[in-house]
Amino acid sequence: MVGGGGREVAESCVDVLMMEMVMLYSGRFYSSKPDLAARRIEAIGFQVGHQLSERYTMERPRFSDHLEAIKFICKDFWSELFKKQIDNLKTNHRGTFVLQDNWFRWITHLSPVSSESTNDSSAVVAADNNEAQATNMYLCFPCGIIRGALSNLGIPCAVSADITNHPACSFVVRIKA
Amino acid sequence: MAPLAPRSGDAVFANVERVNAELFTLTYGAIVRQLLTDLEEVEEVNKQLDQMGYNIGIRLIDEFLAKSNVSRCVDFKETADVIAKVGFKMFLGVAASVSNWDAEGTSCSIILEDNPLVDFVELPDTCQGLYYCNILSGVIRGALEMVSMKTEVSWARDMLHGDDAYELRVKLLKQVPEEYPYKDDE
Repeated sequence: MVGGGGREVAESCVDVLMMEMVMLYSGRFYSSKPDLAARRIEAIGFQVGHQLSERYTMERPRFSDHLEAIKFICKDFWSELFKKQIDNLKTNHRGTFVLQDNWFRWITHLSPVSSESTNDSSAVVAADNNEAQATNMYLCFPCGIIRGALSNLGIPCAVSADITNHPACSFVVRIKA
Repeated sequence: MAPLAPRSGDAVFANVERVNAELFTLTYGAIVRQLLTDLEEVEEVNKQLDQMGYNIGIRLIDEFLAKSNVSRCVDFKETADVIAKVGFKMFLGVAASVSNWDAEGTSCSIILEDNPLVDFVELPDTCQGLYYCNILSGVIRGALEMVSMKTEVSWARDMLHGDDAYELRVKLLKQVPEEYPYKDDE
């Protein structure tokens, strides 16, 4: 265990808290300004990632390069949060890394959003759009966590998420030169 | 005969999916911090935390009833006991205790000595009016409302303000008689 104390809470506490945080910002505070809501949710994630990474790296030598730090996120950091590692890591060797989790726990309870909704009625399309937007809001949180964790390791970056094949999720990390 | 409700949530907690509490604690802390930045007024932050808790409570009650195996509580006294010993343990991993009943048996204190929400938390002087754990009062209020009990929940003691424990005053305002959930012809 890298984390301190070993204290545990029910997983549903984390689920409902995250859900309610997203509802608060995207539903009640900034329902007509999704960009602002997304930024706030990301900021909360950033704070969490920054602190977690601080705690998880306390007794560890500094990482020698970006790849080492990213590997730490994929293995140790991810395992602490999700009890599994990132399944696939790709890089273009020019500062972009794609971290794919084939079973991303936090979206397993969200309904998959279909990317094609052609000949459906407009109501269905609207509902799909709403759900897509809700999912995107939701993903701002883990994106913020990853960015915060890397920022704590001295790596400024931008992070975005993409649901390729629900519940698989890819996080794209672009390191700022 | 003693009621069949479990007197402790240990077994229930052992059987639910659990995660590292740090993530939960830090996420809650980051939310409170963001709310303080966005809303500026501490009073308003208290209100939003309570509202979040209420929304969570009305959702968590289903999971609680499904997984805790508690049988129907006979009265408010037993309900309070189940919340403290089973509810808190099942979700937060720590049990609370109940005391300070009034003569009518309609208000009591739920006392928490160990509280994962506040690990790593210290309140700055500017937050004196903040009820940092206000989400908990909302959760209790929301969950009880779903089992037909209207309550008022307020803080009597708060360790972040220098007290020796967390004490929530829970007052039963109204108990709506439960309707039989099924119609005969269905």
